[in-house]
Amino acid sequence: MIIKGKIWKFGDDVDTDIIIPARYLNVSDARELAQNCFADLRPDFIAGVSEGDIIVAGRNFGCGSSREHAPLAIKTAGIGLIIAESFARIFYRNSFNIGLALLESEEAAESFSEGDEAVVDLATGRIEYIGSGKIFTAKPIPAFMEELINSGGLVNYTKKTKLKNG
Amino acid sequence: MSMTITEKILAEHAGLDRVSPGDLIEARVDLALANDITAPLAIKTFREMGVHKVFDRDKIALVADHFVPNKDISSAEQAKLMREFAIEQEITNFYELNESGIEHVILPEKGLVLPGQLIVGADSHTCTYGALGAFSSGVGSTDLGTVMATGEIWLKVPATIRVEYEGTLRPTVGGKDLILYTIGLIGVDGANYRTIEFSGNVIGTLPMYQRFTMTNMAVEAGGKNGIIEPDEISLAYVSERTSSEFRVITGDPDADYENVVTIRVDDIEPQVAFPSSPGNIRPLSGVGTVPVDQVFIGSCTNGWLDDLRDAAEILKGKKAASGVRLIVIPGSTLIYRKAIKEGIIETFLDAGAVIGPPCCGPCLGGHMGVLAEGERAIATTNRNFVGRMGHPKSEVYLSSPIVAAASAVLGRIGGPDDL
Repeated sequence: MIIKGKIWKFGDDVDTDIIIPARYLNVSDARELAQNCFADLRPDFIAGVSEGDIIVAGRNFGCGSSREHAPLAIKTAGIGLIIAESFARIFYRNSFNIGLALLESEEAAESFSEGDEAVVDLATGRIEYIGSGKIFTAKPIPAFMEELINSGGLVNYTKKTKLKNG
Repeated sequence: MSMTITEKILAEHAGLDRVSPGDLIEARVDLALANDITAPLAIKTFREMGVHKVFDRDKIALVADHFVPNKDISSAEQAKLMREFAIEQEITNFYELNESGIEHVILPEKGLVLPGQLIVGADSHTCTYGALGAFSSGVGSTDLGTVMATGEIWLKVPATIRVEYEGTLRPTVGGKDLILYTIGLIGVDGANYRTIEFSGNVIGTLPMYQRFTMTNMAVEAGGKNGIIEPDEISLAYVSERTSSEFRVITGDPDADYENVVTIRVDDIEPQVAFPSSPGNIRPLSGVGTVPVDQVFIGSCTNGWLDDLRDAAEILKGKKAASGVRLIVIPGSTLIYRKAIKEGIIETFLDAGAVIGPPCCGPCLGGHMGVLAEGERAIATTNRNFVGRMGHPKSEVYLSSPIVAAASAVLGRIGGPDDL
């Protein structure tokens, strides 16, 4: 899968409260959640984000609460991929479970600026920095995560592998 | 063939003789938990699986605690969705207001958590139960919905960081200070994807409520789980609450740890986390003059009866400073009852406090104590991210109940020695 889009740049330790503040967690509809994605930190995000855009961030992206509303809001807002130096573990799990792709690359996290453009091949982890001639290679996605993504998320994977008669 | 306690619990639940860090396993779940925020999404997942019955109605706990008593129509709809699912599926452990409280307080309190169990919950502070020698970890709603259908979960076996606390604690220093100090030391991602095993002579003497506080905040260092090997103190806690059978699991003495951190506690002061990270730690003597508008004592981190006792001891015969709003929320109905009987609630009321019904309260900025722009609170909670308790330009400082109570009287952040 190829993802091409513009970069939204974030720093280290982006927590799930800032991705979607708890005052908006009284609903579970994905579109409503997406409307409040980064509401406090980046009020310009929802108006400006386009389908296939890419978030690039530093260390420990998605730390804090286990709220799956956070990756769900990001995915529904149109973000096609998050590239970070590292991810907090619950966020990492949740993202793959719902079919939001994540890549880890320290080099990419350091090199991109807000508004840059990139083309990324999820299968190979090749990240092309458009206009700069730079190419980065993300850490390979673990085989099991690739299987989850290829199945379309955990629900379909579980249906296929465990609930054949369900 | 040596293993840590975490590896042994995971191996047993995966039906394997041995597991090592990095192994991907399918594990049997003993207890699966969700709350009024995370259950609706988990129920949606469960429905999508096309399954009609949960894997075991006795092994699921649904607790309404985040936005209860419901704060608005939307949160009431979410609670209703969870309630109807609980009734439809005849969920044994469904709690809502009546004899209820905060999920991570009531599950141990009702004897539902046993040493050696594997517990997952759609709430990041599910790691609390490690204080009783269980493997317990926070997951998302899709994971939880899948577990409700299958009774199993995929897990990567984590490497373990063993933290050994040695020496003698100062009188006003306890579990909250130790965990804040530790997060400050190893960083908010210092244990990402890893187990934190708390050990050393200090842990051996630490009362149960302070152990819960420590494992509760393992996730604030990124930990997959926090765990303490069962001993007389935790086994007594369990046997007073349940007659359910369990097997005590402990680690091998020569087990492999990724890292061993030894902390001498003798000189550790009460600790305070400054905005806006639980890793932004300063000793109390380095806080300076920080006036506060609100003090909150409660939450899954410090809403235990002994936390309230600690705070009441400081507040007895004193008043919260003029202009300070003091909010106290007992962690459960049972704790609330006991606190009334012991006169603790009266002490709080005399000090000018308002008492909230057992729930998460203002911890996550949902309701019951949301902060306005420019306001500052000190709280016994677990997170002080930007906007965590309300307006993005409000500030939250984290501390023990002792420091929070003293701060309420002082009107600024301080300890009992400043009173």
